[in-house]
Amino acid sequence: MATAGKVDKDRKYQSEVNDHSKRIMTEYYDQLGAAAKSGAPAGFLMISGNCVEILRAFDMHPVFPEVNALQLAIRKQSLPMILKAEQMGYSSDNCAYVKADIGMLVSGGYGPNGSIPHPSLVVCNYVGCNVYVKWFEHIAEFCKAPLFMLDVPFLREGDRPSQDDITYVVRQLEELIATCSRITGRPFDMDRLREVLAFSAQAEEGWSRAKALCKHRPAPFDAYFDSINMMGPINVLRGTRQAAEFFDVAVEAFEALVAQAAGPLPAERFRTIVEGPPPYPYYRNFRNLFAAWGAVAVNSTYSTVGGLWEFGFRHDPSRPLESIAEQMIVENLTNRSLTARYQQIRRYVEGWDADALVIHSIKSCRLFSAGQGDMREYFTRELGVPTLLVESDLEDPRYYSEAQMKNRIDAFFEALEHKKFLQQA
Amino acid sequence: MSITPIIEQCRARLEDPEFGSVRQWKARHPGGKAVGCFPVYTPVEIIHAAGMLPVGLFGGGTTIELANADARFQSFVCSIAKTTLEMGFQARLKPLDGLIFSSICDVARNLSSVVARNFSEFQVEYIHHAQNMTSPAAADYVESEFRRVQRNMEKLSGGAISQEALAASLRTYNRVRGLLRRLYEIRRESPHLISTVELYVLVRSGTLVPPEEHLQELEQVLELLPARQGRPKDRVRVVIESAFCEQPPLDLLQVVEDAGCYIVDDDLLTGWRWFVEDVPEDLPPLRALAESYIRRSVYSSVRHDGPRPRTAGLVEKVRRAGAQAVIFMPAKFCEPALFDYPLFRVALEEAGIPHLVVEFEEKMWTFERTRNELETFVESMLFD
Repeated sequence: MATAGKVDKDRKYQSEVNDHSKRIMTEYYDQLGAAAKSGAPAGFLMISGNCVEILRAFDMHPVFPEVNALQLAIRKQSLPMILKAEQMGYSSDNCAYVKADIGMLVSGGYGPNGSIPHPSLVVCNYVGCNVYVKWFEHIAEFCKAPLFMLDVPFLREGDRPSQDDITYVVRQLEELIATCSRITGRPFDMDRLREVLAFSAQAEEGWSRAKALCKHRPAPFDAYFDSINMMGPINVLRGTRQAAEFFDVAVEAFEALVAQAAGPLPAERFRTIVEGPPPYPYYRNFRNLFAAWGAVAVNSTYSTVGGLWEFGFRHDPSRPLESIAEQMIVENLTNRSLTARYQQIRRYVEGWDADALVIHSIKSCRLFSAGQGDMREYFTRELGVPTLLVESDLEDPRYYSEAQMKNRIDAFFEALEHKKFLQQA
Repeated sequence: MSITPIIEQCRARLEDPEFGSVRQWKARHPGGKAVGCFPVYTPVEIIHAAGMLPVGLFGGGTTIELANADARFQSFVCSIAKTTLEMGFQARLKPLDGLIFSSICDVARNLSSVVARNFSEFQVEYIHHAQNMTSPAAADYVESEFRRVQRNMEKLSGGAISQEALAASLRTYNRVRGLLRRLYEIRRESPHLISTVELYVLVRSGTLVPPEEHLQELEQVLELLPARQGRPKDRVRVVIESAFCEQPPLDLLQVVEDAGCYIVDDDLLTGWRWFVEDVPEDLPPLRALAESYIRRSVYSSVRHDGPRPRTAGLVEKVRRAGAQAVIFMPAKFCEPALFDYPLFRVALEEAGIPHLVVEFEEKMWTFERTRNELETFVESMLFD
């Protein structure tokens, strides 16, 4: 019977592009650290369908509390922060991303003694996730910072937003521009915004080309685990020259791998689509459990929370605010319905020729997870796609059980291998 | 005549797991359609103006066992989402033709998708309620959203909704909400005249009949109340907060009262009492509703209201009600309620208002521990 292969637990996956990403993200954190000390203007934003381009047009440092939280988890520093927040009255059932960030905030992580600047403006891009609203209300309250609530209507009828929805978001973007101008003391420069948007579009083009390369066998990189390393540049650094060039270089590197028929693992035995965020506190362990089976993600939904550029959308310097509004309303995963996500996954399964769907269900994020049992029903019963559902959390290490996780994953791939064997026989 | 028979009739209506009153309405109105409204707020006027029956949809409470829904929604999801879905699987939603969900939380949003996928017999509507109350663009947006709902309700009912019909529905619901405000006022001033269990039964059962019928019951109760006997007792006056979506079992409300509390204000069924004053009747109806959503809504854990934070809203509510304490009653796993607690807690501590947290699940049926906690809390208040 087939078994999981041995994986060097410290193995280095696809290194060149990941190292490049790490380098430019470190530069970004260094800038934030310097801004924390100097008090340079900083604007807080959420990742999903964000409008970072507006802040860039005013040279405000964009800060993403979700990225702060995931950094804590990856460095295995999230639990003490979560516990601190729970002492303040946050429930054990509340999103641990928020708790880790708030725990860090009240421990002095923001401002001159920390690594994150104090917010000059908290911009809540309410794109799908209702927890965003609470999270930013709390940050604004604890930091005594102004809060701009950018209300983005959910994509709730058909595949396109109505003109009323677009107008509503554009009018709010105009108000946001006026607010940023007041806070920074700088006039708004439309040419500067167009320049930023052109860099965004360039990065989006590269991002899309990279993800399309995973249609090859073997895929040149893991479109779940390695995509996460590219999510910093696309969601956080979007609109900069570095991010645009990063993707140009990445695409070149991936094309070279395709030419050599090389992938992230020595052999690609299974092609999966992964749904849901990763367990950041045990990121590497989790990856190794799939690597042991030669399972490579050829696409993932989590990589599209910020934007769905792979289906063709680009920010458009000739329609600056309208294209930002469209991206926020329709061109990202979080502002679309759960069943729209089923169709996105279905498109991946078919277009990327996947063997299976892996659902990582996390307690913290109900936007992602609530109803994933129904998703499993849809894929297994209606489409006949082998589907694995495992549970843990993206931030709280208390919900990850390695032994249980390994059992489930091993059993699933064992069965999948058996099925493949029967099909070949 | 006393109000007790009216309350008993209302109680029977709301405890009927088969939506008997909706079936009766449909029997009286052949071809009439009924639309289930999941919490919190739904512009019921639009449904009513289409000649349809808006129906409060608050999950299955203690009346349903999960057989299918827990395979769709995980263990860490609130009960109301699962029991509502289960009602679909067990054909309990059959009397309904449409279902409306709104942007109250991430679970409700996904629930609306799962319901739509599993039960194609319903027309499922999802409303995105505005979260930006300060933008000059917000009222235009809300009005456009209500117009969209109007179009879809016209599709469901099969006929156009006239401005006159909307205006008439608006007046009817203004009267209902006005009488509910009056009843809440009476309970605030004389809580010995009407218990919270009675008031709750009256309000909730009103979501299962046409507003005209509900109005008659409310008027009767208001007429009979002053003659009710009884003397104020030495009890702790409390406000219940955070029970705006999934509803606590009636027995839990009874336990709070039995433990020595007068509940003098609450946010139970808050969506059906949404406006603090009448919606203006001299504006185009949907504009009036939209502006009221922005300017005349109660504070709520599901609605950001920049310049008027809910923390200030709660403290003001406690003061206005002359309450001595707050009982937080969040449903298990309710993110909007649980997230508000840390800030509410700080605001109450600063205002010197004591509080107790009583987490519940709609399906809970033993109350011993809760009773003990409540009694201890009440004692600490009375002998402080």
